[in-house]
Amino acid sequence: MTDATRQGGLLAWIDARFPLSKMLREHVTEYYAPKNFNFWYYFGSFALLVLVIQIVSGIFLTMHYKPSAVDAFASVEYIMRDVPWGWLIRYIHSTGASMFFIVVYLHMFRALLYGSYRGPRELLWIIGVLIYLVLMAEAFMGYILPWGQMSYWGAQVIISLFGTIPLIGPGLAEWIRGDYFISDATLNRFFAYHVIALPLVLIALVAAHLQALHETGSSNPDGIEIKKVKGPDGNPADGIPFHPYYTVKDIMGGTVFLIFFAVVVFFMPEMGGYFLEHANFVPANPLVTPDHIAPVWYFTPFYAMLRAIPHPFLGVVVMGAAVMILFLLPWLDRSPVNSIRYKGPITKVALALFVVSFIGLGYLGLAPVTELYTWIARVLTFIYFAYFILMPWYSAIDRTKPVPQRVTS
Amino acid sequence: MIRKLAIAICVVLPVTVFAADPLVPLERANVDVTNRAALQRGAALFVNNCMGCHSAQYMRWNRVAADIGISEEMLAQYLQVTGERPGDQMRIAMPAADAEGWFGLAPPDLSLVTRSRGTDWVYSFLLTFYVDDTQPLGVNNLTFPMTGMPHALWEMQGLQRAVFSEPADGGVPTFDRFEQVTEGSVSPDEYRRAVRDITAFLAYVGEPVRAERQSLGMLVVFFLLVFFGFAYMLKREYWKDVH
Repeated sequence: MTDATRQGGLLAWIDARFPLSKMLREHVTEYYAPKNFNFWYYFGSFALLVLVIQIVSGIFLTMHYKPSAVDAFASVEYIMRDVPWGWLIRYIHSTGASMFFIVVYLHMFRALLYGSYRGPRELLWIIGVLIYLVLMAEAFMGYILPWGQMSYWGAQVIISLFGTIPLIGPGLAEWIRGDYFISDATLNRFFAYHVIALPLVLIALVAAHLQALHETGSSNPDGIEIKKVKGPDGNPADGIPFHPYYTVKDIMGGTVFLIFFAVVVFFMPEMGGYFLEHANFVPANPLVTPDHIAPVWYFTPFYAMLRAIPHPFLGVVVMGAAVMILFLLPWLDRSPVNSIRYKGPITKVALALFVVSFIGLGYLGLAPVTELYTWIARVLTFIYFAYFILMPWYSAIDRTKPVPQRVTS
Repeated sequence: MIRKLAIAICVVLPVTVFAADPLVPLERANVDVTNRAALQRGAALFVNNCMGCHSAQYMRWNRVAADIGISEEMLAQYLQVTGERPGDQMRIAMPAADAEGWFGLAPPDLSLVTRSRGTDWVYSFLLTFYVDDTQPLGVNNLTFPMTGMPHALWEMQGLQRAVFSEPADGGVPTFDRFEQVTEGSVSPDEYRRAVRDITAFLAYVGEPVRAERQSLGMLVVFFLLVFFGFAYMLKREYWKDVH
């Protein structure tokens, strides 16, 4: 028996071989977070909660789901009817998918509000945008699995977008599908991506996101660095240990979130056709096109941009650019202050317009195409991009308020 | 690829069926899936009138019996008229290929019709058949114009004629009212109740767990509310020393 075990028991034995206590100290008990987190700072921990919910419920769904064009639809109904508690697991997973995006969109909006993306947190932001990209792929590939009409035709439309790329497009689309059309081969490979490949990438990115967060420290609603002012103990004067303060706060907030989650799961699992689309209760039929093909709500802002551009390939480029431009955000903001609290009127109006354009495009992406709607979508697309492209200019000239030394409560 | 896709769609277009929009606003079905008497009546009506052509293949017979509150003996005696086993799925004998030859399209499985089209649609559809000699089967439907389905419940409802009003400016005629052509075996109110019962049964079949889901949901939300009370007090206690 070593000295360490004799003196400190099991924990010391482990610590001599694995940095367990050190990790807990660095990431939990002695990770100092600003004490002035408000409502908007819940969504990061909610996202982690939803990730766990999706992985656990997904594992149980995988036990009963059959990834084949012949059996997929029936196996989902089998889960809904014959598997004990299968309906609950399936509704949790389908609700979780939409909840993931609600939470992630609010989490990203928080970053826009308080400048969380700004130096030294550029990499933290970039990893976050990568998570968002992988999450979109994960959700899209998961959506095909029930093999309903909307699964099939939604995938048909989205994959054919790759076909619009000059030269390599048609071959690329075929390579993604593994066939000339969405088929059994596509379903099988999307299943593999959805349950293995993308979750692995997602978890790795989330770990990197947290690691980067704990390296730079969390931002806060005042957008100032709490590390600059240290207390007598050498810790940030405006920081408090993540545990116990934010663990108990997040348990409280997480409970409220779970109440919303449970209300959807138990009382409105279809959410009026937005979380589970009505047309997806009809088995996939390659010979019958639905009247109206719309992606699930969380993709509709980008879908509206695609439809607003008259040229198919340019539409795809604009749609891609709408996401890619997020990567540049840390370098577009030239304001001397980080938080919206101290930014000027132009920035506030710009952010408000951006929110209007994103929600407006989301609505238009669900609605049938009309000439008027197409023009509105074009205007909103323009506003969306103007928010980013004009930012180096308006953020630099905008009037700002003086920033306090210490966080305000 | 878009071009290839467009060509492919044009090739298959002739066999494509376009769902037509209803000519009249849908009537509210207001079904209650916890009303077992209605579900029992609806089950009997569905099995006797609809299951000649339509299956409900994701549903098992004995699950229906258990959920609507009848014994397996009653199930075998009144519902399983062709000698299925209790755990069988609610399938039909008519081969889909034959049905396609007879009707132009195989009658769809109805397990999920209330989830894809909604209960109001099913209810309105069964109420709005009318005599139309231009149609191959002699009837048409206001909720689903040009439907390929015959009026299976015509003996109960009797046949009705749709009166359309022609606008003075020569625009598209709009539906005005129904006129009874032949008497049905039941009164109009009884027919409505029968159709509502069928709709309720189909709403149940669409999601057998609906009643259980909602009652369990009350408990889960109640638990979470109580848990929130404790979580809130715990947070307040810890945060007392944060200033």
